[in-house]
Amino acid sequence: MTDQSVIEPSGSKPSKRFSRGNIILYGTLIVVSMYYLLPLYVMIVTSLKGMPEIRLGNVFAPPIEITFEPWVRAWAEACTGINCDGLSRGFWNSVNILIPSVVLSIAIASVNGYALAHWKFKGSETFFTILIIGAFIPYQTMLYPIVILLREIGLMGDLAGLVLVHTVFGMPILTLLFRNYFTSIPEELFKAARVDGAGFWGIYFRIMLPMALPIFVVAIILQVTGIWNDFLFGVIYTKPETYPMTVQLNNIVNSVQGVKEYNVNMAATLLTGLVPLIIYFISGKLFVRGIAAGAVKG
Amino acid sequence: MSSVSIRNLDLSFGAVDVLKNLNLEIAEGEFLVLLGSSGCGKSTLLNCIAGLIDVSGGQIHISGRNVTWEEPSDRGIGMVFQSYALYPQMTVEGNLSFGLKNQRMPKDQIAQRVARAAEILQIEPLLKRKPGALSGGQRQRVAIGRALVREADVFLFDEPLSNLDAKLRTDLRVELKALHKQLKNTMIYVTHDQVEAMTLADRIAIMRDGKIQQLDTPSVIYGKPRNKYVADFIGSPSMNFFEGDLSAEAGSCVFEGPDFTLPLTSYEFETPQIGRRKAWLGLRPEHIVTGEAAAAADLSADTIVDIVEPMGSDTLVWVNFGGKPIRVRTDGQSDLEPGDTLRIGLQSARASIFDHQSEDRL
Amino acid sequence: MTTTSQDDARAARRPIRLFRNPMAKIASIPMILTALVVFVGGTAWTVVYSFTDSRLLPRLNFVGLDQYERLWSTRRWLISIENLAIYGICSLILTLLIGFTLAAMLDRKIRGEAVFRSIFLYPFALSFVVTGLAWQWILNPDFGLQEVVRRMGWEGFTFDPLNNPDIVMFGLLIAGLWQGTGLIMCIMLAGLRGIDEDIWKAAKVDGIGTVKTYVRIIIPMMRPVFITALVLIASGIIKLYDLVVAQTNGGPGIASEVPAKYVINYMFRAQNLGQGFAASTMMLVSVIIILVPWAYLEFGGKKRD
Ligand SMILES: Nc1ncnc2c1ncn2[C@@H]1O[C@H](COP(=O)(O)OP(=O)(O)OP(=O)(O)O)[C@@H](O)[C@H]1O
Ligand SMILES: [Mg+2]
Repeated sequence: MTDQSVIEPSGSKPSKRFSRGNIILYGTLIVVSMYYLLPLYVMIVTSLKGMPEIRLGNVFAPPIEITFEPWVRAWAEACTGINCDGLSRGFWNSVNILIPSVVLSIAIASVNGYALAHWKFKGSETFFTILIIGAFIPYQTMLYPIVILLREIGLMGDLAGLVLVHTVFGMPILTLLFRNYFTSIPEELFKAARVDGAGFWGIYFRIMLPMALPIFVVAIILQVTGIWNDFLFGVIYTKPETYPMTVQLNNIVNSVQGVKEYNVNMAATLLTGLVPLIIYFISGKLFVRGIAAGAVKG
Repeated sequence: MSSVSIRNLDLSFGAVDVLKNLNLEIAEGEFLVLLGSSGCGKSTLLNCIAGLIDVSGGQIHISGRNVTWEEPSDRGIGMVFQSYALYPQMTVEGNLSFGLKNQRMPKDQIAQRVARAAEILQIEPLLKRKPGALSGGQRQRVAIGRALVREADVFLFDEPLSNLDAKLRTDLRVELKALHKQLKNTMIYVTHDQVEAMTLADRIAIMRDGKIQQLDTPSVIYGKPRNKYVADFIGSPSMNFFEGDLSAEAGSCVFEGPDFTLPLTSYEFETPQIGRRKAWLGLRPEHIVTGEAAAAADLSADTIVDIVEPMGSDTLVWVNFGGKPIRVRTDGQSDLEPGDTLRIGLQSARASIFDHQSEDRL
Repeated sequence: MTTTSQDDARAARRPIRLFRNPMAKIASIPMILTALVVFVGGTAWTVVYSFTDSRLLPRLNFVGLDQYERLWSTRRWLISIENLAIYGICSLILTLLIGFTLAAMLDRKIRGEAVFRSIFLYPFALSFVVTGLAWQWILNPDFGLQEVVRRMGWEGFTFDPLNNPDIVMFGLLIAGLWQGTGLIMCIMLAGLRGIDEDIWKAAKVDGIGTVKTYVRIIIPMMRPVFITALVLIASGIIKLYDLVVAQTNGGPGIASEVPAKYVINYMFRAQNLGQGFAASTMMLVSVIIILVPWAYLEFGGKKRD
């Protein structure tokens, strides 16, 4: 299955006739679209209303008086426990987790994939098979041993520890992605480079990397959304000061203290969803390609 | 001194033995063609020589040095691949100089070598282009150039022309031959195109199932195939075979076919034959004579024409003989029609006789 | 001359296999460590310690199947299992159904396909936390959907899944479907696009209707795609955790607890590691029960071909 097939409509032009069948088809699609768009719409309008207006009206009504105060408060003042410095702390934590995790996981996985495709050695396929099977093991079975490992190397609760965890758990799918891509590069090219005297790293950097840029973009999209959206590892392997944005968001919204400020909550929720949404809308086709590639893991 | 020497080479992928105890001596400056059907292990052998596959047993010597476990780049070889295998992101110049840069050769020397190779192959105008902007023929020239700049002792070619169209193939073939004349390197050339093999080779090695069946000059391979497989493989259209008995008595030797007897007056046996044995008789379509020449042959017979296939330069006529249709090659202006009678003559001097069981030449 | 013969001797000797192409092996160390230490070692460690009475700290005091007996007699675990079963079955069926239907509709050569596809898929870019919080707000009984419908005139309308233990799993299901169907639609669409156009022409020539063509011809042809989707959905269901934490936090009471949450509660909150290990081992076992037959069908069958 080519990736293009996901993207390009196949066959002839859409028919222009408005037959009864077509009306039903478009009608259904529009109704379903509304279901998908509804939560986004509700979040946006709620986040732009003041609390009094929320208590009065219904969630679907557009704001009578638009206010950006909830956004400001969500970013800078929302409270988790005794800390009242807003989601900004979680945002920066997430950024600090995200960048090294994405770089490290992709660097390691791409080299793995390259070695598996072109430098097979005795046992390499076995390790790869274990890695892929590992992707299906529930994380819960590995959570505590990792706590022990991180404690042993002194990274428990540290952002660096979480970076390692993301690298480890991103490895199966990314390695598969890169292995499949590098396998599709003709073997003769690799052989020619060996005759030309390039070694393991020479071939990786000079021949393979320049040819693999599209798959790197796919991998980056996959990892940025995956790591940004992570909650489980963030909760377990960091401490409150280093909580990523998702964890902090959950703590803000679901905190039982104080009066619920729905508008601030929705602004905070939107803020957290903003990074992956931006990635999604600017990457478009590549995102589809990324998840299609991710789907291969099944 | 031999340039490439392969001794008792074994290679297996897991449980599959691809090369079996293979021995091959290639002289310096020789153009050797490896010919065989698909999957017989030609590329595998070439990859072993290049060091791209680890051998399972045996030794490989190049220019007198045992290189069995040496890196490909240290073996003094250059290699050209079927799919060209040019680095897509580098210019032609980058492709040519990549190997030399890896050797940390000084810049001016690299430039000199690239310029020379480009001149020989007439690709100077292409140097700044990327492979994507080249035609198939140009790409293959660049690929040859990449081997050329290495100034290697031995060139390895793995079906370098088979991705090109027929016309270009002929042109490049002629160029390759001229190149070999000019450079005088040892060349090992894999193909399954017989014409390439016959025209280019000093010697041809016919391979089958990882073994070399015959290693000889093209004319010997064509004229005196060592066994029935080689006889069948070489020549297009292929040889006609008859099952029958060889009976040899003091001084006179005959082949008794299904309904004919061919006296083998001028056949040269590999070993003297006595007695009677089952055997194969092989006759090439172009060695069956027709018309007036038929009368002078060792055996002549009238046959009925079945099918006529004009091929331009000559005509292939199918006639019924010895109980089955056989191919006879006649000249291009033939006006034969199916149903006509054609007089054919068989000559023992150009025939081949193989043992029925071992299929080896007798 | 001596150097040559030395070189010769070196090249002639078969090098030790382990040290051939050493860089490839060095570069694979992270992968090997991950596979062996974390995946195999970690899993084995947890399984072994599930037979101990570890509480605050892991310790090797074996107690046989005690933890499992306790697990299976804990109401919270039984509810978790039941919830996961309900959520899982509904989610599996509905995701496949909705995903395929949407894909089939988008495959009808419609206008604005890209727009519809973006709309169906964007929730997948959002985290479960965001999804859970958004739906928590929409399903809020005082301000959300229920209140809006009531104000429109249906005074008696009640739809309050998040506070009703009987239907709380369906509240989670609505959110889960919203987030996950887009992915399956995308995979199904790719599958549909991989089917030869001529099949449709042949069906038309034979006079087979559209729906019948889908059911009789297209769906059987998409078997591998359905299996991929199935495995994907199933492995997502077992991991179900973030959504529950964000949307209901297991409530009301313990009505929406799920196994993954049970494990984490016992391991990291209740300081009863043994229970957590036993529960996570049960999760592993259920994955094996799902995956082994599938792997056997997929890969065991291929070898025989
Ligand atoms: N990496 C490999 N693993 C297992 N078997 C292989 C491998 N490479 C080649 N073979 C097998 O070895 C045999 C010889 O292959 P090889 O490529 O040398 O054939 P060839 O003579 O070059 O054929 P062709 O004319 O088609 O190129 C084939 O049967 C092939 O299936
Ligand atoms: Mg080959």
